[in-house]
Amino acid sequence: MATLDSKIPSGPLADKWRKHKTEIKLVNPANKRKYEVIVVGAGLAGSSAASSLADLGYKVKCFVFHDSPRRAHSIAAQGGINAAKNYQNDGDSVHRLFYDTLKGGDYRAREANVHRLAEVSVNIIDQCVAQGVPFAREYGGLLANRSFGGAQVSRTFYARGQTGQQLLLGAYSALSRMVGAGAVDLHTNSEMLDLVVVGGQAKGVIIRNLVTGEISRHSADAVILATGGYGNVFNLSTYARGSNTTAIWRAYKRGACMANPCYTQIHPTCIPVSGDYQSKLTLMSESLRNDGRIWAPKKAGDTRAPAAIPESERDYYLERLYPSFGNLAPRDIASRAAKRICDEGRGVGSTGLGVYLDFADAINRLGEPAVRERYGNLFDIYHEITAESAYKAPMRIYPAVHYTMGGLWVDYNLMSNIPGLFVLGEANFSDHGANRLGASALMQGLADGYFVIPYTIGDYLAGQKPGSRPAADAPEFRQAEADVRGQTTRFLATKGKQPVSHFHKKLGKIMWDRCGMARTKAGLEAALQEIPALREEFNASVNVPGSADTLNQSLEKAGRVADFLDLGELMCRDALTREESCGGHFREEHQYPDGECKRDDEKFGHVAAWEYQGEGKTPVRNTEPLNYEFTKMSLRNYK
Amino acid sequence: MVAASTLKTFSVTLRVWRQAGPAAAGGFVDYPAKDISPDMSFLEMLDVVNDELTAKGIEPIAFAHDCREGICGTCSCTINGKPHGPGKGVATCQTYMRSFSDGDTIVVEPFRARAFPVVKDLVTDRAAFDKIQQSGGFITARAGSAPDANALPIPKGDADLAMDAAQCIGCGACVAACKNASAMLFVSAKVGHLGLLPQGQAERDRRVLAMVNTMDTLGFGSCTNQYECSAACPKLISHDFIARMNRDYLTASLRSAFKPAPANTGGGAA
Repeated sequence: MATLDSKIPSGPLADKWRKHKTEIKLVNPANKRKYEVIVVGAGLAGSSAASSLADLGYKVKCFVFHDSPRRAHSIAAQGGINAAKNYQNDGDSVHRLFYDTLKGGDYRAREANVHRLAEVSVNIIDQCVAQGVPFAREYGGLLANRSFGGAQVSRTFYARGQTGQQLLLGAYSALSRMVGAGAVDLHTNSEMLDLVVVGGQAKGVIIRNLVTGEISRHSADAVILATGGYGNVFNLSTYARGSNTTAIWRAYKRGACMANPCYTQIHPTCIPVSGDYQSKLTLMSESLRNDGRIWAPKKAGDTRAPAAIPESERDYYLERLYPSFGNLAPRDIASRAAKRICDEGRGVGSTGLGVYLDFADAINRLGEPAVRERYGNLFDIYHEITAESAYKAPMRIYPAVHYTMGGLWVDYNLMSNIPGLFVLGEANFSDHGANRLGASALMQGLADGYFVIPYTIGDYLAGQKPGSRPAADAPEFRQAEADVRGQTTRFLATKGKQPVSHFHKKLGKIMWDRCGMARTKAGLEAALQEIPALREEFNASVNVPGSADTLNQSLEKAGRVADFLDLGELMCRDALTREESCGGHFREEHQYPDGECKRDDEKFGHVAAWEYQGEGKTPVRNTEPLNYEFTKMSLRNYK
Repeated sequence: MVAASTLKTFSVTLRVWRQAGPAAAGGFVDYPAKDISPDMSFLEMLDVVNDELTAKGIEPIAFAHDCREGICGTCSCTINGKPHGPGKGVATCQTYMRSFSDGDTIVVEPFRARAFPVVKDLVTDRAAFDKIQQSGGFITARAGSAPDANALPIPKGDADLAMDAAQCIGCGACVAACKNASAMLFVSAKVGHLGLLPQGQAERDRRVLAMVNTMDTLGFGSCTNQYECSAACPKLISHDFIARMNRDYLTASLRSAFKPAPANTGGGAA
């Protein structure tokens, strides 16, 4: 059994981080250059970590599977980034941001981690502005804010509908500066295919160059994974097509625990599915709910055009059900409400899987130009995809997979249970509990990279003798490389009948039906039969054309889908074991009469961290109790 | 009820550039694309064609793509001679099959430019853009050293204009559209974004000189002011930024020529 010591510092909540920073070990400046750190991934968390560590003087190698670090999917985040600046004088504070985030996560995150996140949120905004991130401003030149779900203050900073893009370009520019200065050795088109563990500690990675097919071994004093979330296990999601679980999954297979894998965020406002060929679901930012009103016809089977449905026959159900938060109810709650409406036969659009997001009132109140200024690019995206104008008719929206709160288990220092392996951003499990609030992912990615890891990695490295990292031809490295080569050869040799996409679609359907917005014991048990059967089919009949020594996108996908098949099974197992409903994890057996989540704090007020036991063996479920010292785990209420 | 689309499916012929590797000779090959829904994106159509090719034992067409929502800048095809295809202000991934008609022959090529060598089929190597950025496309701001974000008010007009430039997705369509394969729109968007902001002033001269010089050494051509670049740009970034950069470059060159060099240079981060 793995030991899960969260290493949460003692003392009052608001002092923990400050105290911890003064107590953990430091590495002296002359020694920093003797340590080599590998960073895998270059989204917000990876770029900010790589550049900050290089700035401190560590030798950094950064690997990214994209052709440029600027392509990472952080770039697609639209709405904004939260920070407890209280620039609006509306009562915000570090404590309120902490509390909203903890409550938003349905009391399944660690208090200490969430408080640290809220504390450093203010530094993030300062840092980004200093880098030249062009946040929205008021005419007086000061920064503007907007509201986001799950909060009653305006604390979200934004750059039109492209906040993630601008923050990533900021982090990318910092990384580029360090690459230009020779302080970061950047490897693009480089996918991590295994973690190398030597003497129980993470000491390197195996990389495949996606263009040349070359497989290489890299050793280091510490390894940081910042490889994002695994929502593409559902096939259809708002993720980029390349987003995958491979890096963290292979680390899991080397002993890192996977925590709360079943916590998935289904975002309420996405453009509905239109056909089987579809590869991608497109998000319509949560910021639209500041001014858009969500409704469905009161009557089931009402097929009239939206304009023909009179006001009295519309159900603005979020405003009705959650009067204090209205259309800005948190994502899990808004998504389930949309599902219930559609289950009642009140869904709209040709598939009946959709509800309206209506801007008519906002256009009447503010005028079309003001709405265009706020959301123009989102309305344009909607038009490109649906050929409909949201200025004239309401948008049709439906929930879609958007984020995974689960991920590799980490302690307060963001180190996994494998010493020397650190996990940042969406790839870890740590800060969002069972549901993430809007505008918090960007905050966490940058908090981890700019303001947490630069401190905490020193605590580990100070215990490692400079120059003690193993050589890249140590037996562990050779073995890991041989494993990677073996898998590649197997994929290419199968020469079956079905393309990789066939299996990905089938897995996605199982996951969406069985482990999506609503889960049941029977459904999850069925999935635990279906997924292994699908895996067998995949192993026997996948068709991966081409060769291993060139750009081969089918081969890349085969490796990623193989890992999704394994991960999907673990997610279902986790969802089956967690006999309660919380945040994004909704078990139909555990609900209140009004359909809200029924938590069981006594039995499940803990983190479930799964430990790999070998091929075909049932993994071990370790638990880390969530000890709430300062907050009461209470019923989450947005009414 | 608003029907997504009532149009029937249709068929087109794809005339696709196939090239096995950087050193291999390439050529066009025709493939049928049948039962195409007008609501499919162009890349989803390529997915369908690729699955059919795989089933027939033909290696699928390599194409670059990732976010499929027009923001990551990975996708990069030239479609019927236009980078990112027929739509204005959209990337290839935001091009929908409703832009084409039954029986069309659609010519699909990689972005063509000396500085963007072909990797395979429709995939090109655009690392040159990263190299330009590494030479100066940043404001030096070490984590932990920033003043309060509201300490420096920035007029809304300046911030908005900086944002117009900052929207660049780094796809390279501007280069592919230019008969000289010039990267001026890309570089000027970067220079414009950072140079418009007060935070960017300290390194303004250094930045524009370094980025332009790096651009020149990487094999991009010169600008002859025909603005094919901004017409092809999926974010419709204005060529006015090119004029702005030329001015910046000239001023910086003059200043650096006449400025006495400090006795002690250096002190940088590296």
